[in-house]
Amino acid sequence: MNPQASPPGGGDALRADDIIKRFGAVTALDGVSLTLGRGEILGILGDNGAGKSTLMKILTGYQPQTSGRLFINGQETALHSVDHARSLGIECVYQDLALANSLSIYHNMFLNREIVYPGPIRLLNNREMRRQAKETLDEIGVHIPSVDLPVERLSGGQRQAIAVARAVHSNAKILLLDEPLAAMGAREAGLIIDLILRLKSKGDMSIAMIMHNYAQTLEIADRIMLMQRGKVTYESAAKSTSVEELMEIVRREYRAMRAA
Amino acid sequence: MERIFRIRESSILIVAIVLIAYFEYANRDFLLTGPSLQNLSQFVAPAAIIACGEIMLMIGGEIDLSAGMVFAFAPFILHYVYAAGVPVLPATIVALLAAGAVGFINGAVTVWLSIPSFVTTLGTLFLLNGITLTISRGTPVTPPDTPLFANIMGAWGYSEILWAIGITAVMHIVLRHTRWGLHTVAAGANPIGASEAGINVNRLKIGNFIITGVFAGLTGILEGFRISSFDPLAGGNQIMFLAVAAGVIGGTSLAGGSGTIIGGLIGALVLGVLSDGFTLIGINAFLFNIILGAAILAAMLFNIHITRLRRIGAK
Repeated sequence: MNPQASPPGGGDALRADDIIKRFGAVTALDGVSLTLGRGEILGILGDNGAGKSTLMKILTGYQPQTSGRLFINGQETALHSVDHARSLGIECVYQDLALANSLSIYHNMFLNREIVYPGPIRLLNNREMRRQAKETLDEIGVHIPSVDLPVERLSGGQRQAIAVARAVHSNAKILLLDEPLAAMGAREAGLIIDLILRLKSKGDMSIAMIMHNYAQTLEIADRIMLMQRGKVTYESAAKSTSVEELMEIVRREYRAMRAA
Repeated sequence: MERIFRIRESSILIVAIVLIAYFEYANRDFLLTGPSLQNLSQFVAPAAIIACGEIMLMIGGEIDLSAGMVFAFAPFILHYVYAAGVPVLPATIVALLAAGAVGFINGAVTVWLSIPSFVTTLGTLFLLNGITLTISRGTPVTPPDTPLFANIMGAWGYSEILWAIGITAVMHIVLRHTRWGLHTVAAGANPIGASEAGINVNRLKIGNFIITGVFAGLTGILEGFRISSFDPLAGGNQIMFLAVAAGVIGGTSLAGGSGTIIGGLIGALVLGVLSDGFTLIGINAFLFNIILGAAILAAMLFNIHITRLRRIGAK
């Protein structure tokens, strides 16, 4: 699909046109275009240094692009901060998960959005935060014995689930996941894959995720795009491509690099 | 979460009770008479108040080595402002503001110039010590002759320990029941993550340096009124390290990310009981430091070990 072909905005949750990002002499993104349909899961593949993380940082409002246009829900938007992106329903779960290990699950889920009692002293309303945290976790089917546990007691998969739950709780419409299955065993990964698919089934959430594992990506994503050296080199519906085909494209790239 | 901290504090509380029982047994009048209680509280209160600030800093992964010098510096600001004709209460407030300003400088240099607080506050430690000695010409002065104010500010036998208990209570609530405290823990446990969540980590750190400065200055003023002398050599590194030790013994991690204010008060109590007890029994000062050092190491090992055991037990 050629994004340039659709009219500006359209029905897409997110659209980027010809994004270029330069850091001094280095061009990290060299004209990247993407669309993320409503309720769609997009898998972004590519080697280290292909520009995936830079793209993510632009989509979260963490840093501005050098040139190119962004459309959110059809509106052309210049994101000027992470908070601005958040106010538009864009939430990112970073690879480090941004969790504070020694704090409880519910405090982490409400980090910097705590519920406080009214009045001049504004004490934390732990009871309400605990209740809502439980509710959100139940809603998305994450089962944890107690929301009072510090997150350091959780497994990698559970921690990822908490980070995703935090984004969901804050009413994310566009969820960006940075390697959600990194360093996870098969069972743990299965837990997160289920969670992502459950979020999709709710219908109104669009998810873009950076991935490394081709097989897992094809399993979850509706569409995949492959990035190489700052460019999108391949884009396809997940069901009309295969791990072999993707491997072949990357292999060709390596051979060309070695020959040069 | 709450339960774990309660357990952590109760283990150090048991140590405190055992020590008190021992000294009461060895020395009869250790605890249960007015004068001996007052005597003990003088050992406990200064370290406990300064520990409230140091614990907030340590949770955030920072430390203030200059606190003992702020302790000596603030009373002289009070003295000179009072001598210039300002009434004692505003003069005290000016002194506390000056102490807070030192904290602000410590914090600002640390976060804005990205200098480790160990280095920043080591610098202000010597700087302030020099300033205090210079403006006082190295000579103690008499505090303002204002009996009521003096009694509130430390001269009355129990006032200092009441200040310590009150400040501990307030800071416990700040740490456990306000966004400020929660964010301080988050910033210590995962500074990058905390910023990604939109928390202004620098503002928190500078604020906690200011709190520590004010508490250190207040403690210096309380002690000055108690012994009715503002001494440029009072406080110093001894009181700063006692406060840090009180926090660590109480269960606060020097690496940041977790800590307890109540634990710090009990830690100060343990150190105070050791100091007071050994003094009454008549153990000499050299031996005292050996025992104190061993006690700090033992308490730290105990805390680390207990935490590990609990984690295993929970799995």
